[in-house]
Parts: sequence; C-alpha cells; structure tokens
Amino acid sequence: MEIFVLNLLNGLSWGMLLFLIAVGLTTVFGVLGVLNFAHGSLFMLGAYLCMQAMRIFPSFWLGLLVGPLCVAVLAAIIERWLLRPVYGRDITFQLLLTFSILLVLDDGVRLVWGPGYHVVDPPALLAGTFPLFDHSYPVYKVFLVILGSATGLALWFFFQRTRWGRIIRAAASDREMAEGVGIRVPLLYNGVFAFGAWLAALGGALASPQQSIGPSMGERIIIESFIVVVSGGMGSFPGAFLGALVLGLLESFGAVFAGRFQMALPFILLATVLLARPRGLFGKEA
Amino acid sequence: MGAEGFQRLSKVRLPAALWLALALSPLFLPTYWVIILTEILIMALFALGFNLLLGFTGLLSFGQAGFFGTGAYAAALLLEHGPPSLLLALACGGLSAALAALVVGYLCVRRDEIYFAMLTLGFGMMLFTVAHNWREVTGGSDGLPVFSVPPLEVIFWEWSLFSPTVMYLFTLITVTAGTLFLWRVVHSPFGLMLASIRENKERLAFAGGPVRSLRLAAFVIAGLVSGVAGALFCLFNHMATPDIMHWSFSARPVLMTILGGAGVFLGPALGAALFFILEHFITDVTESWMFFLGCVLVPVVVFFPRGVLGTLLHRLEKGGRA
Repeated sequence: MEIFVLNLLNGLSWGMLLFLIAVGLTTVFGVLGVLNFAHGSLFMLGAYLCMQAMRIFPSFWLGLLVGPLCVAVLAAIIERWLLRPVYGRDITFQLLLTFSILLVLDDGVRLVWGPGYHVVDPPALLAGTFPLFDHSYPVYKVFLVILGSATGLALWFFFQRTRWGRIIRAAASDREMAEGVGIRVPLLYNGVFAFGAWLAALGGALASPQQSIGPSMGERIIIESFIVVVSGGMGSFPGAFLGALVLGLLESFGAVFAGRFQMALPFILLATVLLARPRGLFGKEA
Repeated sequence: MGAEGFQRLSKVRLPAALWLALALSPLFLPTYWVIILTEILIMALFALGFNLLLGFTGLLSFGQAGFFGTGAYAAALLLEHGPPSLLLALACGGLSAALAALVVGYLCVRRDEIYFAMLTLGFGMMLFTVAHNWREVTGGSDGLPVFSVPPLEVIFWEWSLFSPTVMYLFTLITVTAGTLFLWRVVHSPFGLMLASIRENKERLAFAGGPVRSLRLAAFVIAGLVSGVAGALFCLFNHMATPDIMHWSFSARPVLMTILGGAGVFLGPALGAALFFILEHFITDVTESWMFFLGCVLVPVVVFFPRGVLGTLLHRLEKGGRA
C-alpha cells in the first residue's frame, strides 16, 4: 500500500510533465502537420529562462510567468520565418529544419549558461515535505500532480467549449475547409505553434525545481513524448493524456518491480501498442 | 556537351576517376588527412546505406545509428572473444545489425512517413539504452575497447591495420564493395519495386505488390550496410562506444544525405565529405560545432531543396539541355 501510493504520486507527477509536452507536440502536429524535433529543446529553454528570470526578479512565480512567455515569442518568430517556407515540402525537410533548430538551441544554451547543471529552489510555499506513511514526501510533487490535472482540465475545456478551441479542432480536421469558412490559417498556425511552445516551456519551468537544469534535459523528454503521442495516437488530446499517465506510472512502478529492465518498458509499451493497434490508442484511421 | 554525354560522364567515368584518386591519395596526402579520409569513407558507406531507405524507398529512418552501433559492438565482441579474423568481424557486424533491423523493421514498417521516423528513432534509442546500461557485456558508458586488431591477410602477405594507410585501403576496398552492392540493389528489379513504393505505394499495393515485405527487405539491407560500416568504425577506433548509437548520431546520415542530395546515388557520399570538411573548419574556430552546424543547415534546408550536389546537377542538366 505504502509503496503503491508513493509510486502512484511519483508516476503521476512525471506523467503530468510528460502530458504538457506531449499535448503541445500532438496539437502542433494535428494542426500544422509538422513534427517538431525541437519541442524538447523548448521544454529545456523554458527551464533556463525561468531560472534566468528568477535571477532578475527573485520569485519563482514570476519566472514561471516570464520564462514560458519568452519561449512562446521565440516560437512565433521560428514559425513565421523558418517553418513557413517549408510547409508542403517533404517531411524530411521539416524534420531536418526542426532538428537544426534543436542543435542551435541545445548548443546555444551551452554557450550562454555553460555546460554545467543548475539548481532552482522551489518557492517557499511548496519547498517542504509532508509525512506520508513512514516517509516524508515533497510537497512540490503533489503540487505538480494537482497543477497538471488542472491544466489538463483547462485545456480540455479550451478545446471543447471555447471558440478558439473549436477553430483549432476545425483546422486540425480539415485545413482547406477551415480556410474556406474564413479562418485565417497562417495566423492560426502561428498561434498554435507558439501555444504548443508555451506549454512545453511551462513544463520545463515547472520541472526546474524538481530536476537539475542542464543542456541535455530536453532529450529524455522528447523521446518519451514521441512514445506517448505515437501510442496515444498522433493529434489526439485524450491519447496524449492517457499515454503520458500510463508512461509515467509504468516508469515509476517499473523502477521498483523491474529493476534495470525499467529502461526498456517505454519501448515495450510502444511495441505492444503498435502490434495491437498500429494507429495508436485514440488514433484516427489513416 | 549534350545531356546524354553528360550523364554517361557522370555515371561511369567520373566515379572511376574519383575512385582512382582515392586509391592513390595516401601517396601524396599527409597521414592526418588519410585518417580523416578513412572516417569520411566509413560515414559515406553509412549514409549510402541509409539512402537506400530515404532516397530509393521514400522512408526516413531516424534510428540508423542503432544498427551502426550494433555492428560496431558485434565486431568488438567477436574480436575479444572469438577468432581473430577481420572478415568475420565485418560479417558478424553486418549480420547482427541485419538481425536487429529485421526485428525493429517488423514493427516500424507498419507505419509511414512521420510515424516511421518517430518509430525508428524510438527503437534506435532502445538499442542505445541496451548498450548504455548492459555494463557486463558492453562496458556501459565507457564503451568496449578492442585491444587486438588482427592483421589484414592476403594469401601469404600480412599487414597490420595499425598503419593508417593500410586501414585506409582496407576501408576503401570494403566501402567500394558495399557501394557496388548497393548500386546493384538499386538497379535490380527489386530496386525498381522500392522506387515504386516511394512514388506511389497504393498503386503498387493494388497491383499486388507486397509493400510491407519489400519495405522490410529494404530496411534489413540498410541495416546490414550500416552494421558493416559500424564494424569498420570499430576497427578504425579500436573501440565501440554507446554514443555512436545515440539519435544525434542517427541524424548524421540524414544530414549528409540532405547535404549531398538524396536523389543522386553518390550524393550521400559527397554529403559525408562536405560534413567532415565543415566540421573540421568549424571546430578549428569554435567548440560549439553543433550550434554552427545548425546555423548552416537552416539555409541549406530552406534554399537547396535537392541537396547541394542534387541542386548543382539539376542546374547542369538543365544547362546541358538548353
């Protein structure tokens, strides 16, 4: 019971971060048709910029606000000047372009902040631990679980119930038709890309008090979020949510029950889904 | 010169002259450049094998480093624990990579395009994880050193591969054999079937073509070639390390192929050379080679839609016709 609850919380807190990344990745893919290799780097950049903002104004909350916003602005510039010329070209070019952006961002971070690791303290309100069974458990992880679920709900509400959410879903299901009914698609693409980047950077900023900030932090999460979106179904919101939670839980319980074998679990999940349902759990018929 | 004459020149005489220049180059190049050239040749073979998927079948694999590394580790393990034979090491590297490609490919060829790229990336990283974490067998992050590289034996002559020139010539011969093999594959009826998958897989499927098995076959062949290249790389470095299985290494053949041009058979090989020359000059100036590589790639991707060699050849051919 004790182990169960602890791992449940660990898995959910990692799963929530994964969800923030995966939902941006899957929405950008659904609407723009672009798979963004640099999405993990935006996650990393969010953490770095949050840290930088905290050096200027010493408040975690301000960092959480400023860092992701800067990343969203950067992403809007990237979409307008770099991605737009390669729409409609072969996917190889899109992947290579986002891969080049990844190289520039990952190495650029190393140039600006150095190759070492940095630590960010959680805000005083969430810094402590609370007793859970015989252990003391960090408050911050519980905060992540709550905030993650709240964000998930808010996003669901946004996509299902608001005008902008409907526009995004319409553009995702049929671009030409959306253009035909008067949606300004270029502007929408720009907004969706920036929004996805904002979500990734928010994830990065939220992760920063929990894991050390380093130039390679985007790497693990991009591979895992690929696994999440392919097994959940590309472009699917519930797929990203379920996939992220399943992967997060699989990893935290795997650490206890599977030992070193744990590293293979995400890939086994991916292979199983592919064999049983190649288009992903919530994927549409290709 | 007419377009036809130009094509004949570019198809036979030009590569032959290039090969001769390569074979004679140790006579006039300094040792340092012979070593660089060896590495370029190995990466060229890797990129050519990769291009069987991208350029000729229309599949973008982002996990090719997994097979390159499998080949390198298989060769290293064989040389440490098995009989000391170079050919056996190459064969072992190629075959184990082909076997890995068969398993991974079976799962990956179920999807196309972007999904295929993501799946190969994911499973390639799985192979990386195995190499990185299975300390007892692979040495973990330290890698697996090869202490005794057997000499190259031809009838009753023997040369040690510790000489850069011998290593270079051995690499050149292996890479040439691999390139000719790929050339044969691309120009066989099987190669034509692959091209028809790239052009229109639905039509091939309607005509009764076994799209999935053909793709799997191409994936296994590309894996085999990558594995041989990896085994060569292991002999060249006297070691197999996990970083050659990482996805950033998988990006190399992709970048080389795009730099050189996926539509030209030898394009990836030229791309490999361009890549190394670029790396050489940039690392002379700064340590942030990846940063500048990214800065160079962005305009290449945006302005050279056929790759550098592809775009130049296209211009030349258009000029020849006029």
